Amino acid sequence: MTDPQRRIRVLVAKPGLDGHDRGAKVIASSFRDAGFEVIYTGLHQTPEMIVSAAVQEDVDVVAMSVLSGAHMTLFPRVRVLLDEAGADHVLVTGGGIIPESDMEALEALGIGRLFGPGTRTTDAIAYVKDWIAHQRTQ
Amino acid sequence: MSTLERDVLSRSELDALVREREAELAELKAQLNEWIEAYDATPKRDASFTTISGRELKPLYTALDRADADDTEAVGLPGFYPFTRGPYATMYRTRLWTMRQFAGFATAEETNERYKYLLDQGQTGLSVAFDFPTLMGYDSDHPRSLGEVGVCGVAISSLADMERLFEGIPLDQVSVSMTINGPAIILFCFYVAAAEKQGVSPEVLRGTVQNDILKEYQAQHAWVFPPEPALRCIVDMLEWCSTHAPKYNPISISGYHIREAGATAAQELAFTLRNGFEYVERAIARGLDVDDFAPRLSFFFDVHSDFFEEIAKLRAARRIWARAMRDTYGAKDPESWRLRTHAQTAGVSLTAQQAENNIVRVAYQAMAAALGGAQSLHTNSMDETLALPTEKSVRIALRTQQILAFESGVTNTIDPLAGSYFLESLTDALEQDAQAIFEEVDALGGVVPGIHQGWFQQQIAGSAMQQQRDIESGRRVVVGVNDFTDGSGDIQIDTLKIDPAVERRQVDAMARMRASRDNQVVTRTLSDLTTACRTDENIVPRILDCARAYCTLYEIRHAMEDVFGAYKEPISF
Repeated sequence: MTDPQRRIRVLVAKPGLDGHDRGAKVIASSFRDAGFEVIYTGLHQTPEMIVSAAVQEDVDVVAMSVLSGAHMTLFPRVRVLLDEAGADHVLVTGGGIIPESDMEALEALGIGRLFGPGTRTTDAIAYVKDWIAHQRTQ
Repeated sequence: MSTLERDVLSRSELDALVREREAELAELKAQLNEWIEAYDATPKRDASFTTISGRELKPLYTALDRADADDTEAVGLPGFYPFTRGPYATMYRTRLWTMRQFAGFATAEETNERYKYLLDQGQTGLSVAFDFPTLMGYDSDHPRSLGEVGVCGVAISSLADMERLFEGIPLDQVSVSMTINGPAIILFCFYVAAAEKQGVSPEVLRGTVQNDILKEYQAQHAWVFPPEPALRCIVDMLEWCSTHAPKYNPISISGYHIREAGATAAQELAFTLRNGFEYVERAIARGLDVDDFAPRLSFFFDVHSDFFEEIAKLRAARRIWARAMRDTYGAKDPESWRLRTHAQTAGVSLTAQQAENNIVRVAYQAMAAALGGAQSLHTNSMDETLALPTEKSVRIALRTQQILAFESGVTNTIDPLAGSYFLESLTDALEQDAQAIFEEVDALGGVVPGIHQGWFQQQIAGSAMQQQRDIESGRRVVVGVNDFTDGSGDIQIDTLKIDPAVERRQVDAMARMRASRDNQVVTRTLSDLTTACRTDENIVPRILDCARAYCTLYEIRHAMEDVFGAYKEPISF
């Protein structure tokens, strides 16, 4: 059981070949300002690299930013690899240019909430905090 | 006889003129004091009167703000040094800006159809958007390309794809812009080889390849090789094009991505021009005559939402460039002093909420581009924050330019805002900010050391974070996002979806292409390329040989990487 007092650890990741890191960096800074421990992978990560970093860093959350349209491939792949690595307790969330219908389809595949353009960073922070609080009381 | 018709004024005449001018300014000052009283006595709205880049603005600008300015020298006339008022003497009276919509998705065949549609709709140039695997130098059948083939642009992995992309489009008549950077030299060779197949010589090719690697490290992040070999490739292209493709622009020095990643207007202006100076210095160091390549350098700026600041930015860019090219780099040909630019409306300003409002944002931004004197323009489609644009939204974006060009009247008079106390003051302020940033970059040891230290990346991320804070605190209003949100909940509009079968079809086509080519020639041309990379030889002819042999993008990249290595970014946030 995770120590309920432990600081929330988040891996902010940029999967795939997409180089748009404005959102990832803004969310990483905002998470850090909110008191989370943040590890940022840098760009052009494969799902394998992300899962390996997530397991090694023992994170609670993997937050991915995808603006390339490859979200239907990348999010499920990271979820499956995490589960295979025994990290099924890790939340996979994120944001980017993702149509609402795709967000719903991904949710059905075990992905957490996904955030689109215009999101307030405070909403993303609140979502992660609530999710963790819920997990730790179970 | 008026004073203007005489060469020399007498001392007493000069004194009289000075006294007259001083009296005018004193009178203005007295009037202005009255206005200040009236202004101070009236309550103001609770709003921040700054540009979106955070620049404090005065409520009013007058002749007093220009009292010390030498506008005859600094503003001048269009088509003449320092080109503040426009790169050409006649501007839009001779030629409207090129209406060039950036497009590409799925396979070469599908994008070819969209190009033919756009040309039928009155578009006057083409602009290729490549998918992420192509931008990063991976073939469609490389494992790293999985899920990304044809999704964000068109997949081009060899000459065969490039031939299909332009089938039925005469490359001696249509100017084509290609947004590609890390592997630009390879895609450029595919393009030249595709033109050859149409019987078109590089001598007549018009168009542009973006090929601006420095801003990739700083902002857009589609790199392949480390800075030094990447810069060598760019100088090879400048050199090759100056003799073989004299009408082609082998680089488009781009601020767009720097701005979109979060930079302020002044940072966009300064980083872009400083990058431009770096390319000029590298080419001169190679032994090229500045006047042999500088006339083909082209630029690409963002036009964001702050109307006057964007117009001022384009005017300041032309002036700074002209002065540097003439005075610092010793260019003698006025063509070398002239900054020509493409412009694109700000993708980052578009909102997913009430997406139709984006049509209005784009229209204002497009007007700023026209008043700033841009040579070509892409107007964003309203649905780009949600997905690739649909045909309908692209048509509206193109029509926005046509309404601007043919109905609004802004094309009748050249640089109509010149002489505005405000606009000229803002133009000067941007120029001064840029000079200060140039000094900061020099203090870091130049552009490449600044990239290795992550300085540009941190500057941009810092500005992006500030803008996010301004929006979340409500200091800056974004309609539909943090104010006027009624109707923002429903963001369902039609979007274009790429069929996952596209990837399968592209992978199959590559397998057929690999099976039908002469693999001995492939091996030989690739090995010759690797050898050439180890020497000082210009590698463009070697890559052209590889392209003609149907070597793939990744094969060519790999042959170069053996010598050049791969780039690793300094990670920070």
